[in-house]
This record gives sequence, structure tokens and C-alpha cells, in this order.
Amino acid sequence: MNAPTPPTSLERAEKLQGMGCKRKRVEDVRFTQGRGNYVDDIKLPGMLHGDFHRSSHAHARILKIDTSKAKAVPGVVAVLTAEDLKGVNLAWMPTLAGDVQMVLADGKVLFQNQEIAFVVATDRYIAADAADLVEVEYEALPVVIDPFTAMAPDAPVLREDLKDKMTGAHGPRKHHNHIFNWSVGDKDLTDIAFVKAEVSTKDLLSYQRVHPCPLETCQTVCSFSKITGELTIYGTFQAPHVIRTVVALISGLPEQKIHVIAPDIGGGFGNKVGAYPGYICSAVASIVTGVPVKWVEDRIENLSTTSFARDYHMTTEIAATRDGRVQALRVHILADHGAFDACADPSKWPAGFSNIVTGSYDFPVAHLSVDGVYTNKAPGGVAYRCSFRVTEVAYAIERAMDIMAQKLGIDPVDFRLKNFIKREQFPYPSALGWEYDSGDYHTAMEKALAATQYRQLREEQKAKQEAFKRGETRDIMGIGVAFFTEIVGAGPSKNCDILGIAMFDSAEIRIHPTGRVLGRMGSKSQGQGHETTWAQIIATEIGIPADDIAIEEGNTDTAPYGLGTYGSRSTPVTGAAIAMAARKIKAKAQMIAAWMLEVHEGDLEWDVDRFRVKGNPEQFKTMAQLAWAAYNKVPPGMEPGLEAVSYYDPPNMTYPFGAYICVMDIDVDTGVHKVRRFYALDDCGTRINPMIIEGQVHGGCTEGYAIAMGQEIAYDAQGNVKGASLMDFFLPTAVETPHWETDYTVTPSPHHPIGAKGVGESPNVGSVPAFANAVNDAFKFLGSTHIAMPHDAYRVWQAAEALGLHA
Amino acid sequence: MSKSNVSMTVNGKAVSAEVESRTLLIHYLRENLSLTGAHIGCETSHCGACTVDIDGKSVKSCTIFAIQAAGAHVLTIEGMANADGTLHVLQEAFREMHGLQCGFCTPGMITRAHRLLQESPNPTEAEIRMGISGNLCRCTGYQNIVKAIQYAAARINGVEYKEAAE
Amino acid sequence: MIPGTFDYHRPTELSEAIGLLGRLDADARVIAGGHSLIPMMKLRLAAPSHLIDLAAIAELKGVRVEGAEIVIGAMTTQHEIIADEILATRAPILKEAALQIADPQVRYVGTLGGNVANGDPGNDMPALMMALDAHFVLSGPKGDRSVAARKYYNGPYDTAALPGEILTAVRFQAPAAGHGYAYEKLKRKVGDYATAAAAVVLTVSAGQIATCSIALTNVGDTALEAAAAAQAVVGSTLDKASLAQAVAAAEAITAPAADGRGSAEYRTKMAGVMTARALRRAFARATA
Repeated sequence: MNAPTPPTSLERAEKLQGMGCKRKRVEDVRFTQGRGNYVDDIKLPGMLHGDFHRSSHAHARILKIDTSKAKAVPGVVAVLTAEDLKGVNLAWMPTLAGDVQMVLADGKVLFQNQEIAFVVATDRYIAADAADLVEVEYEALPVVIDPFTAMAPDAPVLREDLKDKMTGAHGPRKHHNHIFNWSVGDKDLTDIAFVKAEVSTKDLLSYQRVHPCPLETCQTVCSFSKITGELTIYGTFQAPHVIRTVVALISGLPEQKIHVIAPDIGGGFGNKVGAYPGYICSAVASIVTGVPVKWVEDRIENLSTTSFARDYHMTTEIAATRDGRVQALRVHILADHGAFDACADPSKWPAGFSNIVTGSYDFPVAHLSVDGVYTNKAPGGVAYRCSFRVTEVAYAIERAMDIMAQKLGIDPVDFRLKNFIKREQFPYPSALGWEYDSGDYHTAMEKALAATQYRQLREEQKAKQEAFKRGETRDIMGIGVAFFTEIVGAGPSKNCDILGIAMFDSAEIRIHPTGRVLGRMGSKSQGQGHETTWAQIIATEIGIPADDIAIEEGNTDTAPYGLGTYGSRSTPVTGAAIAMAARKIKAKAQMIAAWMLEVHEGDLEWDVDRFRVKGNPEQFKTMAQLAWAAYNKVPPGMEPGLEAVSYYDPPNMTYPFGAYICVMDIDVDTGVHKVRRFYALDDCGTRINPMIIEGQVHGGCTEGYAIAMGQEIAYDAQGNVKGASLMDFFLPTAVETPHWETDYTVTPSPHHPIGAKGVGESPNVGSVPAFANAVNDAFKFLGSTHIAMPHDAYRVWQAAEALGLHA
Repeated sequence: MSKSNVSMTVNGKAVSAEVESRTLLIHYLRENLSLTGAHIGCETSHCGACTVDIDGKSVKSCTIFAIQAAGAHVLTIEGMANADGTLHVLQEAFREMHGLQCGFCTPGMITRAHRLLQESPNPTEAEIRMGISGNLCRCTGYQNIVKAIQYAAARINGVEYKEAAE
Repeated sequence: MIPGTFDYHRPTELSEAIGLLGRLDADARVIAGGHSLIPMMKLRLAAPSHLIDLAAIAELKGVRVEGAEIVIGAMTTQHEIIADEILATRAPILKEAALQIADPQVRYVGTLGGNVANGDPGNDMPALMMALDAHFVLSGPKGDRSVAARKYYNGPYDTAALPGEILTAVRFQAPAAGHGYAYEKLKRKVGDYATAAAAVVLTVSAGQIATCSIALTNVGDTALEAAAAAQAVVGSTLDKASLAQAVAAAEAITAPAADGRGSAEYRTKMAGVMTARALRRAFARATA
């Protein structure tokens, strides 16, 4: 009988379901059956529920808090106020940005819905009833809502706790409502360039306050054992290890007795990185009562208090030659941080990585200055799918380039092509201090132009503009182009740390005797599919099928220390750690193979899932065979076992980029828009799972669409928050959401072990300016130069009204 | 805050629990019956993560008191799988088409999609988008959810699934 | 998220419900689909001590024809309205409007009665009822009485219903065969309240508008009957000048609130745009 033909290398590679293939997700098996394990699914014996009484005022002194009625409700176990927390030194907590934040209102409240008292009861219905019965006497204080008035000479003092501190975590403070100034670049050379400029533009480009709004709100179950002194914290944590260390530092509990577990998380988008009063109060309540305490915020609480995103007001200037070469970029940003600077940035970066504002363009010289201020709004902001302020400045540079192109009379695409950093210039040192790793912007742009038939679209637009002028139509057409370069993968220890912990990440991989694998990483997926994709990396690296590889994240006892998942850092940093750990395993396996095959290591070559002798391919050992051997009989002097840990300190950030083109039609009589087409080309370097990448782009573009076209957390003049429920906070349904066309180029990162850059946040970075540029582009022929976001129907109608289109 | 016994049939099983009049059906399911598949994403009845099927109707279980559903037949995600334990076509379709990421909207989405396909066995893309317009998703941008439902419809109708041209 | 406590009642006869409403505390409320009331209770903006559930009262359901009139039971859901054959042929504007209310789940449960009874200026069906010149049947301890929709709304949540009365049915003359109709609703997304909306029912004879009624949603304290706007197009071929007059007349009666959807001025203008679009569509249908 003939022996069956052995599978080819290609067939074996396909069976691995390794990098590059559209592996179906492991997570889906439990999610589609409703068997996810989210925080609110957790029920522990004796568990109590916590709920907050919150401030109705935006700024007020607290004269009295009466908790007696609340305490009298049957089933209420405790009602905590700041006074109770002071006893354990937790009335205030440090923020990630070097500020401090009230956990419960201490003497005053600083934003509407701020936490004042924490009710703990036997069930959540009783807790809600009792929270309603807490009575607070306020003395209203004048509010600061407009950040542009925060530093007025007569502006009210918000942070009385900082009144005498004229130096903050990031340097000198020039006013009692000032937080920091952060500046980078060459001011003198930049100023000179503007003086000499042939053409210059200057515009206030504001990115309104929004919120990440994951479908699952922030929640926790804290369980303290008075017997063992161990505190177990389940929570919606994108960075569970950081939470553990923070809790250790602020509570005094020894870190080895704190067990932080992030189970399944229903979306994060940056909302779930930092620590919130709900977590602290639950932990304290559990420590005091000795039973588990659960806190689940509702949606209004989420949108109005667990941070916010953006609220950046960017005065953006470009200097250029008359023939369209940019000469200088000068940006000043007013950053509204709300009542406390709880910004989730690496500690040395109070304005995140806003110095990526030079974008995809070769600015010879640039200067950026950022001033952060306090206002009577929710504290923050978090990095909402934006890698630390990248979304904000990408909006600024992409709008500013369009505005300059319009002033010069050059097509916005041609203006960009003229000023792109060229492929030969990489690695590219930007004028604001970053070294971009790799890029090929011209190829990506040309691909996008061809796919969308851009030049024909411009012809069509011209014809439509003429028709509009003749009164034949009331629709105008816009073509929005955005070519973003973003910066992700925080980050190198030399300049990236969270509260002093360097921003490496980690992977521990263990091969069992039967050739199956367990991998544990310091990242924490909230929908990104790490259980699926991390196995793909390992599968390709060590030749064991992905289906034989189990991936775990989120349990801080077992997972190696990591800084978590946000800022698109998982693929660049954790992904690299996975590759490095896998290669350590492969190296050991190679030694075992050489010994078993009685050859030198150098005589072996790797083929998909096995080491084989060069020139003698029938002599091979598969990784599965080597795994067994590792527990069986290893070469003399070698330890048994087959596992490795890698803590990866990235040498640089990575720089994904993309070309997004949006075609939009706007009815000037109602302000209503219709997205005709949206094309998104992303270059994230090596692509681990194209199906997951596409899903990330769909989701990020949908978030960007909402932001650009109507989403906003606004405040009235008295500090009442508006738009903090899903009635008003714009989340599009399947009906409004456009159809997304995705495409790609591949420009690997030269410094990353698998050449991958990360992609999760790119679509939010690129889509917002694409939409905003489309709206603005539609009105250009009527004399408009800049219309601010969000572009809801009313504001678009107002723009049309201001241009006299309704006469 | 007196409680009374509220009984109904959930996923084919007779159930009952002592609850207040004000106990929302979503809490009856999640807390009293430990069926934690349906989720809570808002308190203003917009997100649809709590969607279940009551007597053949898609209902947001956060906007109905358990006592209102006394005696009804309720279907949740936990009851979607076939009697022999194999997954419902929709459950397979969502995985096949990458129609989920964080999974939080998924139980409500699949339960709603099930009723949608009962209402309209061969829906167009526009009908699908209208059909799931009561279910918000923050991760997928809906596009692959639409594909999942189209794929499931094709499988149920015994026809070949043809992916629409991009 | 969590409502306050209440006692729950589920009568099976209308007389029982009326009796309960008369006997219980003044803040007892009837509950129909509950998709306006329960969200308010969850935000603790409403806290009735008793809820009288109308779901088990069979006589409150169903669509029937009585002579020239169509009668719709108050507990008929939006979903049932959309599916109803009688309405699809005799009064299709109801289906068109119902499809623009909320989302599929809410439509399975939300009722016509619930949408018209409480005087929420954001609801869509009141304007439709005005355009159809419908009458609401109010049943109370002293029996039934009928109030015209056009006279039912005094202000926000302020209606002609007396304490103890339950809105049990809606009746209207079926529009003539071949009539034109349209409900044009400007909203930000599915599930949203109207920024502005206009309901139009008209008939055309020999190319001219013979009868017309127009009503507006959410651009005033109540739904608004735009009688002058309707008058402006009667006798016309919906020419440009008559249409412009109708738009101006519609704008003139609006007094919208400014909110997140836009300023009062914008909403007034949009009421005009919706009126124009509804008139054009209705006219096209009637002359098709």
C-alpha cells in the first residue's frame, strides 16, 4: 500500500491558521451563546450593591450632607462620604496625569453629577432608593464652563486644594485654573518662518467634548476577606496590572494580596483605563464590611462622569510658499480637562502625543504649545481610540492642510502629494521630535485615488456646483480627504511610563508535553480578539496550530505584568513580546532538535512546523515532537520544559498611516447629509488577521462618523451637562451608519519583530477629518473656509444660512 | 416593597421567582434566573442590548416589568441553540462573518435577528438595517452584522450565500 | 435605572380598570405599552403609586370598520398598525407614520393610545389624528364621550381627558379612495423624536386640491393643526405660489422649543420644509 503524500509546506501553513489568515474568532463561541463573563454577571455570596448620590450643581460648597434617611432604609448597610474615606486616606486619589482627584466630594463639588455619597445595600433596588434619600445642602458658586475664560484674571477659583501650589506635576502654573504648559519644537525658527511666509493661514480648530461610550459601562466587584487580608477586584480594566499597583500604592495593602481580574469587557475605547471613584468606594466598602461589593454605573453616570474625551481647541497656523510647499507649522492648544486632570497619558506627556500634529507632511520647522485648564466639567480626558490626543491633532492638521490648499487654489490631494514625507526619508525625524519608522505615502494615496476615481469625482463636483448656482438642485457635494499618520505602541521606556512603570509589555508562553500551548499576556482585549490573534502569531512563530493554543489575559496573578490595551499598543508591544518569547522557545527547541537528530544547530532549517536537516528533509522533528522531548529527555546540561517569558521594551513607537476619502451630499435646506461613499485605506504594516483588521476599521469609522456628524457632550452656562443620555448622545444605528470600503497597503515597521504596527485606532483618527473635510469641501465653492464640528443637520443648516443660501 | 410570585416560561422551561412589581424583566432574567446573556447598556431604552423575544415579539426587557410578562413565553439567547445542542444558524453566522467583537450587544442582536428573519425570511440589506435599528453596536459598525444575517437567511432558505459586491 | 415602588393591577374588563382608576390614589396611572411611562419611571421623573395595566382588556384591541368610520382600539400596537390590511388600504398614512416611530422593538409594544393620550408634544400620532380629524373615545365612570383630536391637546401633558378617564379608541372617517397622504418627519436617527414633522391628507379633483388637512409634530406645545396652511392650497394645483403660502402659514403657527436638535428658528423652518415635502408627496400620490 502506498504511503499517503505528505502535506506540502503550504498545506501545513494553512492548517496552522497562523499570521495573515482570516482565522475565525475563539471568543465568538461563548459570546454568541450569551456565555460571556462580564463584571455584572459575577455574583458572589453575600454580595452588596453600591450606588452614588450625585451633585446637582456644577460648582458649589457643600454645607451639609444628611445620610440619616438613607441609612434608615432597610437593607442599607453603609453610606460613605468623604469624611469616612479620610479615615483611610482615600478621600482623594492620584490621577494618571500627576493631579489628585476627589473620590467623594470633599467640602465642595466641581462638576454636575460628581460623586457625593456611596450607598451600600443588599440589592441594587434598595441602593437606588437610598441614594435618592441622601440630602445635601449646597451653596452655589460661580461656574467656569468656557475654557477660554478659565484663565481670566477674575475667574473663580476651582481647585482650592491647589490654590497655593504654583507648580504642578508638569511645571509652573500661571493661573489658579491653569494646569500645565507643554511646549515642543523650535519657537524662534518657527516664528521667523511665519514672518517670512509668502502665504499663511490661522484657524481655531476645535474638537468637541465627546465620550467613548462603550456599550458596557464601567463596573466592579470588590471582595475583601477579613480572614486572609486579600482583596480581589473584578473590574472593567483595560490595564489590570496598573490598577493593582495603583490600589497597592493608595491603600497600603501589600500588592501580592491584591488580585485584580479583568474578565470579558464589553468595549473599552479608552474609557476603562483609569481608576474611578466607583472602584475605590467599592473596595473601601468591601474592606469595611468584609463582603463583596458590586458597583455598576448606569449610562447617564458613564457619559457625565467617568471621564470624557477630546475638548481640545487648536489654533493652527501653516506657512507655505505660493507654489504650495509648507514651510512651518505653529499650533497652540487650549486643553479643557474638567475639574481634575485625570488624563490617561504616559506621565511625561500631559498633552499626549500631540506633537504628531505635523502629520504626514514634511514641515521643516514647527512649534507646539499646549495649555491645560480646569473647568467645572467631568474630569479627564481619556484617550478615546486615539493613542493620546492623536485624533485631536490629526483633525487639526488635516483641516488646516485643506484650508491652506483652498487658499492657494490647489486641489487638497495635490497639496498633500506635494508635501508628503517621501519614502526615502524614512526613518523620518519630525520637526517636533518623533522618528517615524516607515511609510510610503505616495503609493497609498495613488491607490486611494485610483480606487475612488477621485479626479472624476472632482469633475462631477464641478458640474454639480454649476447646477446649484443655476438653481437646478439644492444638494451640494463634498469630497473629504484625510491622510493621517498616527503614532501608537507606547512605548519606549526612555520616554513612556504610567505612574513610573515603564510601558513595556509581556508574554509568557508554555508548551505542554502533548504539544499544546498556553499563552498569557499583559494586554487585555475588550473586543480586539486577542484570544484569536495572539495564537496566530505563536502558531506562525513555532509551528503549532492556533487551535492548539489557549490565550489568557486579565488575571494579574497569572499574567505577566503588562501595561494593558489602549492606544493601539497591543500589536506593537505585546505582539512583539509574543514573537520574542516564541523565538526563545524556538531557539531552545532547535537545540533539542539538533541533539535528537545528531547534527549541529546550524545544519537545521525551519519549515513551517518543524526543524529539518538541510539537504536531508526526511530528517525532521516537529515542534510537537520537540515539546514531548523537552519533558522527556533534553540534552545534557539543559533544563527540562519548554517555555519562555518576554518583557518587551519597544525601541520606538510605530506609525500606521492611511488614506481616507469620503463622498458626501448635503441638502442645504435641511442640513441633512448623506454619505455616498467612504473608502478607507490603512497601512498597519504586517497584517495578522485581515478579518479582524477590517472589523476594527468598520467600528472605528463608525465612531468617527458619530463624532464628526453630531456627537457631543455639551454644557450650558450654568454647568448643566447636556447630551448625557442615549436620547441625545449621538450613536448611529445600522440605518444611519455608512457602508465602509476597506483597502490596504503594507509597509512593515522596520524595528518590530513581525513588522506590525497596530490598527485599532487608525479609523477613528482618519475618519473624523475625512468627514469634516467632506462637509467643508462641499461649501468651499460658496466662499466658506471652515465650519466647526460636529456637523449635525442644524449646524450645517446654520452654515448654509450664514452663506445666504436660504434667501 | 412587597414581593409576589411571578411565573412564566423561559426558553421552554417553566420558571418562577418572588419579585417586586417594579422588578424589570431584565433583572428577573439576569438576577433571579441567572440568565446573564441579555445585557444592560443604558437606562433610556435606546441600546437594545437587553432584547429578548416575548410571545413572538422582540421586546427590550429593560422596559417591561417582569410582572407584565407573567404567563408569557420568553426566548433569550440561552434558548437559541438547537435542542440537540448545536448552535442556531444565526449563532454560527455571526461567527462566520465576524459580526461581533466585544460580544456585549450580541445576545440582543442575535435574538432580534431571529425575530427579524421570522418577520421577513429574505430581507434586503435596507430591511436588515431597519430591522436591527433598535440594537446599537459600538464595535462592528454593523456591516458584518448585516452580512451575518444575510448569511443566516441564505442558509435557512437553503440558497447559496452571495456576498454583495463592495 | 431603578423605578420607585408601586402596586400592580391587571384588570380584564374595561369597567374594572375604570373602577380602579376611580378608587386608587390620584397618582395611579394606566399603563399601555409602557414605553413612554417606564423610561420616565426609571429616571424617577414619574413615580405612580399604582399601575393599572390595560394589556389584558380584549375590547381595547383591534381595527374595524364601522360604516364610513375606521375604529382602532387604543391598545393596538404600532406593529399591528403597520401590519393591518384595513389600514394599509383605507388609511395608509398610519402605516407610513408608524414606521417612523421609534424602532422595531418599541413598535411591538408601543400603542396608538399610548402615543396620543398623554399629550407629549414629541409624539407623532397626535398630528396624524389631527390631519385625519379623528376623535378620541374617552371612557370613564359616567360612560363614554368623544373628543376631537383637534380639540384634545391644551399644552404639554395637558389634555381634555378628565381624571378617571381612559382613552379607549380612536375613530375617524376613512379618507376617500385615491386620496393623497404623507407623513414627512425630519429626525436625526431612527428612534429620535421629530425635529419637525408634517402630516398631510388631501384629495384632488380635476387636478386641483379639493380637500386638505395638515398637522405638525413637535414644533409647539402640542401637535398643531395647520388649518391656514391647508386652506392656502385648497383649490390650487399645488403651484409654487400656493405652496409657498402654505409653508409660510405653517411656519407662522409654530412655537418650537430650542434643544439639541436645533434652534427655534431652525425647527420652524424645518416645519415649513416638511410641510412642503409632505404636500408634494401627497399630491403626487393623489394624482398618480
